[in-house]
Amino acid sequence: MAQAAAYGQEDEHGNHTPGFFTRWFYSTNHKDIGTLYILFAIMAGLVGGALSGLIRWELFEPGIQVFREGSWLAATGLVEPSKHGYNVVVTGHALIMIFFMVMPAMIGGFGNWFVPLMIGAPDMAFPRMNNISFWLLVAAWVMLLVSMFVDGGPGRGFGGGWTLYPPLSTSGHTGPAMDCAILSVHLAGASSILGAINFITTIFNMRAPGMTLHRMPLFVWSILVTVFLLLLSLPVLAGAITMLLTDRNFNTHFFDAAGGGDPVMFQHLFWFFGHPEVYILILPAFGMISHIVSTFSKKPVFGYLAMAYAMVAIGFIGFVVWAHHMYTAGMGIELRAYFVAATMVIAVPTGVKVFSWIATMWGGSIDFKTPMLWAIGFIFLFTVGGVTGVVLANAGIDYSLHDTYYVVAHFHYVLSLGAVFGIFAGFYYWYEKMWGVKYNEFLGATHFWITFVGVNLIFFPQHFLGLQGMPRRYVDYPTAFEYWNRISTYGYMITAFGVVVFLLVLLESAVRRRKAEANPWGEGATTLEWTLSSPPPFHQFNELPVIKPDAHH
Amino acid sequence: MKSSFHGMRTRALGALAGASAAFWGASAWASDRIGEPTPGAIDLQPGVTDLRNQAIWFHDIILLPIITIITLFVLGLLVWVVIRYNKRANPVPAKWSHNTAIEVAWTLIPVLILVVISIFSFRLLFDYNDMPKPDVTIKATGYQWYWGYEYPDQKVGEFISNILPEAQANAKGVPYRLAATEPLVVPVNAVVRVQVTGADVIHAFAVPSFGIIADAVPGRLNETWFKANRIGTYYGNCRELCGVEHAFMPIEVKVVSQADFDAWVAKKGGSVGGATPAPVEAAPAAAAVATPAAATVAAATPEPKAGGTPAGTPAPSAPAAK
Repeated sequence: MAQAAAYGQEDEHGNHTPGFFTRWFYSTNHKDIGTLYILFAIMAGLVGGALSGLIRWELFEPGIQVFREGSWLAATGLVEPSKHGYNVVVTGHALIMIFFMVMPAMIGGFGNWFVPLMIGAPDMAFPRMNNISFWLLVAAWVMLLVSMFVDGGPGRGFGGGWTLYPPLSTSGHTGPAMDCAILSVHLAGASSILGAINFITTIFNMRAPGMTLHRMPLFVWSILVTVFLLLLSLPVLAGAITMLLTDRNFNTHFFDAAGGGDPVMFQHLFWFFGHPEVYILILPAFGMISHIVSTFSKKPVFGYLAMAYAMVAIGFIGFVVWAHHMYTAGMGIELRAYFVAATMVIAVPTGVKVFSWIATMWGGSIDFKTPMLWAIGFIFLFTVGGVTGVVLANAGIDYSLHDTYYVVAHFHYVLSLGAVFGIFAGFYYWYEKMWGVKYNEFLGATHFWITFVGVNLIFFPQHFLGLQGMPRRYVDYPTAFEYWNRISTYGYMITAFGVVVFLLVLLESAVRRRKAEANPWGEGATTLEWTLSSPPPFHQFNELPVIKPDAHH
Repeated sequence: MKSSFHGMRTRALGALAGASAAFWGASAWASDRIGEPTPGAIDLQPGVTDLRNQAIWFHDIILLPIITIITLFVLGLLVWVVIRYNKRANPVPAKWSHNTAIEVAWTLIPVLILVVISIFSFRLLFDYNDMPKPDVTIKATGYQWYWGYEYPDQKVGEFISNILPEAQANAKGVPYRLAATEPLVVPVNAVVRVQVTGADVIHAFAVPSFGIIADAVPGRLNETWFKANRIGTYYGNCRELCGVEHAFMPIEVKVVSQADFDAWVAKKGGSVGGATPAPVEAAPAAAAVATPAAATVAAATPEPKAGGTPAGTPAPSAPAAK
């Protein structure tokens, strides 16, 4: 794609930016909305990370030290200092990280910023809908915070876990906190559905001339698959939590066994959303990693079509494996056997992706810039999380590991170490493009290494805890689990230091303001966003780029 | 599907027995505590049921080596790529991006690995599902936040099992947060069926050394089973978030000899084996009154002779203890 940086030179009209309030509050510009999403995600990530700090602090040693009267936490007054408060924090950590950190960063942030740029479109298809998608998320965030501060029933806030299982979320939490949480998830869901519609329309209708679906960059493919998953799964969640709401407030009995309902029905509905949701969280990272690996290896993506269709396959299979979260809920043997088989099948397209990334690097000339470090870290850690997923897929093993820390370790390896590494990889990859300044390479690499050591120290020992049978969501644990819990908490401290370094990266680049280049990565960076200036003009592609058949992805 | 497994199962079981013996012999160094977690341990808690041992074998011999090899393989490839294809070692990048043969290979080989895993996986799953005729049936009810246990066949009415308070646990030298005020008592080498339900919210009845877990869902009677082959005390936990005291409703299972079990049942005011003729012979006068009731019970119970009476050895001991 050698049609050079011609698109960077827009006419004056293209750079006419509105005033501050109009620009950031009435924003209809996909890049500005993307920036808002990224800033929102950083903020939510800090809050969610702080909550996980409370969890790790509490679990540092047996007994209850943090979540009790008279502790320093009680003095702050922010979280109820009780066992219920611990459950609220666990629930809040999960909901925040999923709905307010990973999804906004990947889909709202990078998706908004780079899908239009990569397909050569001037903006998203529905710019105003894009605006309301973001602000609905802010409203959802406010509702979630309100939920944490109002009465839940057993105490302040909702402490029933992000899975919201009834009857704990109905008769077990009678206060308004759960209703606020439901409204929050509704709003976040509406925000995501609107976003999904926007992306689908944009990707199907606004690709530059010559950009067929099979010439589309893999990140765009990943977003396309992701938003289809959102569009098909979120309405099911919305229905399920609406039924929760009516069960709670209008005397319906959808999930109340005493009234002829079935609590397990909720689990089916929830996981029909919940399983695709975990692919929603990871697929955009798949797309970003492909670009980063290709860019820094100076080599085209290996097996482009297989990579695209592996994501489609993962998305499809992701819809038919939901009940592997429910092996212990009392399902028939045929059903369990089916879900074992279907779940293991997912390992195949996932394997294709991992090996294709390695094949992309193979024979390349690799430059280990910060984004590439995160990408290689992602590939390895995602593999670790993936193989423990294969272990858990076996119902016979799940009976020993279900709801233990092994599961916690597994999904944090694919999400905290997978999705989050993907986010950081993308963040550094597009840093200059988004902010118009360069980050400090040394600080970026330091951030990577500290985080890499820290998160592994947090989560690898949790496999051992799970194998030994330590259950999830425990505020206190038998003394035998102390050793690895302690190590895990040390890991958290290191990771927290990594977060400080990350903030330093932001600060340093904001102070030094080294001017960004249009394409800092050289010949390997072939997608359309690198043909624009950094940051791109307020309105780009007034003259649409034309994609030639030989263009690489 | 199941029948086609059968031949394979028999052969696999032979191999399993051999490998299992070799493994357990070799892993004596592990010396994990039995029935409770071991400080600093990194493996599955040892099992005292065949199913758990089979699960441990499946994990330690099949799954763990496979996932370790795959992970190390990927790590090895990454390390090689980093060493061999960095920009100094390889200044000029290749331009190829396709290789059909290797793509087919890395699709098919994982499929084969998964097929191998699934053979063992399904065998284990179906073994879990094929409960033999139960000798003892227990109804475990999860409450916020304790367990209620009931032995319908022994007519032991529901009793409550709370967490043993810290001071008492320390005094007795048992692990706090695992020990209960009243344990679940079951006979050794007997098939114990546990029917699990929840009274208020969902709980889960899980005992690691038996390799079992069943969700305690209100309005639903879930079932699991175990056959413990060793006398001892085994601890488990509630494993489904159930509210404020979720971490404080442990499960303690005492596996005892049949005689001790019968004595325990008698002490709890139950009767051993609803259908044993022993009480009838002992009190012929009462027999006329008692028989219809006993007959009804026997007919109503799905396993009339199941009440722990292997050839009448322990049965007489119960009335004697009274």
